[in-house]
Amino acid sequence: MNTRITLATAGRVLTQLRHDHRTIALLLVVPCVLLALLSWIFDDQPAVFDRIGPLLLAIFPLVVMFIVTSVAMLRERTSGTLERLLAMPLNKLDLLLGYALAFGVLAVLQSGIASAVSLWLLDLDIAGSTGWLLLTALLAALLGTALGLLASAFAQTEFQAVQFMPAFVLPQLLLCGLFVPREAMQSVLATISDVLPLSYAVDAMAEVAGNPGLTGAAGRDFAVLAAFIVGALALGAATLRRRTA
Amino acid sequence: MPAAIDIDGLTVHRGGNLVLDAVSCQVAAGSVTGLLGPSGSGKSTLIRSVVGVQRITSGTVTVLGQPAGSKPLRSRVGYVTQAPSVYADLSVRENLRYFAAVVGAAAGEVDRVISAVGLTDKTGALVARLSGGQRTRVSLAAALLGTPQVLVLDEPTVGLDPVLRRDLWEMFHGLANAGTTLLVSSHVMDEADRCTALLLLREGRVLAADSPAAIRRRTGTDDLESAFLAIIDAEQVGSR
Repeated sequence: MNTRITLATAGRVLTQLRHDHRTIALLLVVPCVLLALLSWIFDDQPAVFDRIGPLLLAIFPLVVMFIVTSVAMLRERTSGTLERLLAMPLNKLDLLLGYALAFGVLAVLQSGIASAVSLWLLDLDIAGSTGWLLLTALLAALLGTALGLLASAFAQTEFQAVQFMPAFVLPQLLLCGLFVPREAMQSVLATISDVLPLSYAVDAMAEVAGNPGLTGAAGRDFAVLAAFIVGALALGAATLRRRTA
Repeated sequence: MPAAIDIDGLTVHRGGNLVLDAVSCQVAAGSVTGLLGPSGSGKSTLIRSVVGVQRITSGTVTVLGQPAGSKPLRSRVGYVTQAPSVYADLSVRENLRYFAAVVGAAAGEVDRVISAVGLTDKTGALVARLSGGQRTRVSLAAALLGTPQVLVLDEPTVGLDPVLRRDLWEMFHGLANAGTTLLVSSHVMDEADRCTALLLLREGRVLAADSPAAIRRRTGTDDLESAFLAIIDAEQVGSR
């Protein structure tokens, strides 16, 4: 690993985004608009918004970073820049961590704005601290980035990469406990839910939002999330081949 | 002169097709070696094998005494892919700054390579807004960072205007005079005369490997286009 190359990669990815004002605006504004819409829908049931609102603060970063990263990495593969980089003195991990760092920075910004809007403008009421909330959102974003890097290996075109969102992410969304609590699911569905990473991001967010301090359950969820992130990055690194056919 | 690149019995299959058929050849250190052949002859595959990004079936490729693609070579070999492999959504300078950081080149290198490819007036322009030829030059500039000992260029002069092509060939010879070894592929025969050595590739096999003068002498022709045709004809008669 090489810190100089990792940081340069993160800087490069952020510079690419900086040139793309529309993407930045969409990344930062869309979650806020959706949360506002949600709070409006549950205008007369603030308790429901207080339960679901924080969960969305974990789901948005994961979904958004998944799409953005898988398309960005696919472009890297198809434009030949990946081949060039792999012929240079660059470790695969430098590239993956550079991406994770760049999108992590973006996720903190996105979650910070979405949390601020939820807490102060939309009167979201949580028992937990904003710090833990942001950390959970960051882990969810890193998970989305790691899964997106992995998914890009299985896409040949940008059309396919975008389709991976409904294919990989929507089932997780259905089973993560947002619609039906995980404890109330049929045993088969609960088992599937248990092996899906988004479930732990949502569980962690529910724990963090519902309790003033860090609970043991939240700590365990963080550990599982970290394991998923490392696992997905390791698998992603394995799909980056220096030699191709 | 010792060989900077030594290819021995290189066979490559891609998608079930034989692309390179037991190719053996050498590239002398400090030479500007032209890899010539029609499109589909295996030039890009040979180039990718030298850089170490091509999965090969059998044979060996040795560059500067090390197996192609091995770690110590990655900062000593510069590579320009056929399609310009730079970031379209970054400016010329931002692209080169990033690649400079990856190869560990000094800060001043960025300005040096920009001026070497004649893009000083486009430094701040987004690559997406540049013409095809200008993008090719950004890609070439990235390969010049850190002054590699071996430069492997896949059709670097395609679509460039004649003046610029001449300037680039002059630069290639300047680099070779300073000790760099260049392997340059082209499908344009009129570029063959600008090389100090030639490799003629056709249907995955090396038909000729010699200096332009020696090839002309051997075939009794004045221009290289006719020389290559003579070699191909002789080859086909021989194989009949």
